[in-house]
Amino acid sequence: MLLILAKIIVPFFIILNIIPLLIWLERKGSAYIQDRRGPNRAALFGIIRLGGLVHSLTDVIKLLMKEDIVPTRVNRFFYFLAPFTTMSVACVTFAVLPFAAPVPWNGNFITLQAADLNAGLLYIFAIASLGIYGVMLAGWSSDNKYSLLGGLRSSAQMISYEIVLSLSVISVLMMAGSLEISQIVADQSAAVWKWNFVRQPLACLMFMIAMFAETNRLPFDLPEGESELVAGYHVEYSSMKFALFFMAEYTNMIIASAVMASLFFGGWQVPFLSTEFLRTHATEALKIVLAGGAGFHLLASVGFFLRGKANIKNKKWGDRRDWEPVILGVGALGIGLVLGAALIYVWPLVLAEKAAVIVTAALQAATFLVKILFFCWVFIWVRWTLPRFRYDQLMNLGWKKMLPLSLVNIMVTGVVLLVF
Amino acid sequence: MELIFFYIFATLAVVTALGVVVFKNPISSAFSLVISFFAIAALYAMLSAHFIAVIQILVYAGAIMVLFIFVIMLLNLQKEELTERRASFLFKGTLVLFLGLFLGVLVLILKPLSSGFGIVDPNFGTVKAVGQILFTEYWFPFEYVSILLVVALIGGVVLAKKDL
Repeated sequence: MLLILAKIIVPFFIILNIIPLLIWLERKGSAYIQDRRGPNRAALFGIIRLGGLVHSLTDVIKLLMKEDIVPTRVNRFFYFLAPFTTMSVACVTFAVLPFAAPVPWNGNFITLQAADLNAGLLYIFAIASLGIYGVMLAGWSSDNKYSLLGGLRSSAQMISYEIVLSLSVISVLMMAGSLEISQIVADQSAAVWKWNFVRQPLACLMFMIAMFAETNRLPFDLPEGESELVAGYHVEYSSMKFALFFMAEYTNMIIASAVMASLFFGGWQVPFLSTEFLRTHATEALKIVLAGGAGFHLLASVGFFLRGKANIKNKKWGDRRDWEPVILGVGALGIGLVLGAALIYVWPLVLAEKAAVIVTAALQAATFLVKILFFCWVFIWVRWTLPRFRYDQLMNLGWKKMLPLSLVNIMVTGVVLLVF
Repeated sequence: MELIFFYIFATLAVVTALGVVVFKNPISSAFSLVISFFAIAALYAMLSAHFIAVIQILVYAGAIMVLFIFVIMLLNLQKEELTERRASFLFKGTLVLFLGLFLGVLVLILKPLSSGFGIVDPNFGTVKAVGQILFTEYWFPFEYVSILLVVALIGGVVLAKKDL
């Protein structure tokens, strides 16, 4: 019981905590792509700015403190329901995604996912198709023509791309012969050339495009197209209700990245290192990770100290901000020393079987997290690189190009599977 | 435990299904139908028919109802635009007749419940089991229904575009 609760709460907690990180990544990434500096003003105690990460914290405070305005002509029930629907639907998909290999524990296996449904993939699509409701309800209940248009566009777009989304994945589940996500991930094995993005490159590309459309991100962000619809379906929302839409967008991004990683990029599989190999060599793996971490932090602290020294000598800012690298350097030095001490403590030991299993699971979960973050970065990267599609172009691409292509892909996969 | 959940979801399904008829606002009606579909999906899941439960949400709640709401939003029906209608005598008579029939069916359905059912095997309701039954035992109705759907689709296009 406690274990099930932990499996539900821990991933949820991690997702919620990635959101501010992603907002920071979005701002900073867009800034560097557009040759700007990005957020760099907000500071804790006038010293710590963390390269603009503090802005996410101040954002939270701002959104919580702002006045919550409810326009007079809204349909109150649906107006309040919409942001909650969007956010809660966005969160539940993660239940079927495994974040590490099943752990053998006292004779039985513990699956590291909240629910290993037999129809896991269908569950993901079912929940993805429900994501529209929040947007539609928000658009309709606001009693504003811009938000209504945003809601309409969003539903038309999501219905169209859902078909491509499901059809592109059919070839993947034909390869794995199962709808269970755990089975699909295990089937890809640790060898990178057996991951589905190598075996099914076309399906991977189409799935990615459809995911962009499903999450309403650029180049498909017509539902909120600022130049035409002000902000689309959430024009009339303010304060924390707006924040819920904002968070849901990033949650959807994280979930889409996780699904992408699970289906096409081997999920929790560590490249080239199988679960058995990791379990037998867990001691070495732990040592390498600790040594790498300690080395990285110690080097980083040296860099920070040098930078801080230069700042203070040249009076770069002329105030307390000069001292920020020194403080960060102390932090990095501390972490580096702790990891180094752990390495020295671990050095003569050989891990017991249970410890080895836990280390393996942690490494696999970390790999999965790295993959998720990478795809989140791809989402941001694409957003600030491509211009927005026109509406007819969007429909054209979905119905006339991607739909036939995905059908052909299924046919070809079927023939290949039959012949070989 | 299971019985409690059954009563919760069954009540929800019936109440929201009533809401579909009773609500005056078309969006409220459509949305209560969505919740009704959810409750029915939960009932399927409790009968260990996971595949059917997920398909219920995917197809009915996720696709068909989205299109319904899409159309309602496109027409932008407001509560004020719908005139109040009074039920005619014929309608009331039919209602009474229908309720009588419904009670009769209910009695028929409830009767064999007391005899009890066996335990289903662990493969029951999985994707594989459902697929195998669909494509072996029931292949004819399955294909027949798909042809029926295509016919309905073509009929819709023909009706909408007369000069095709």
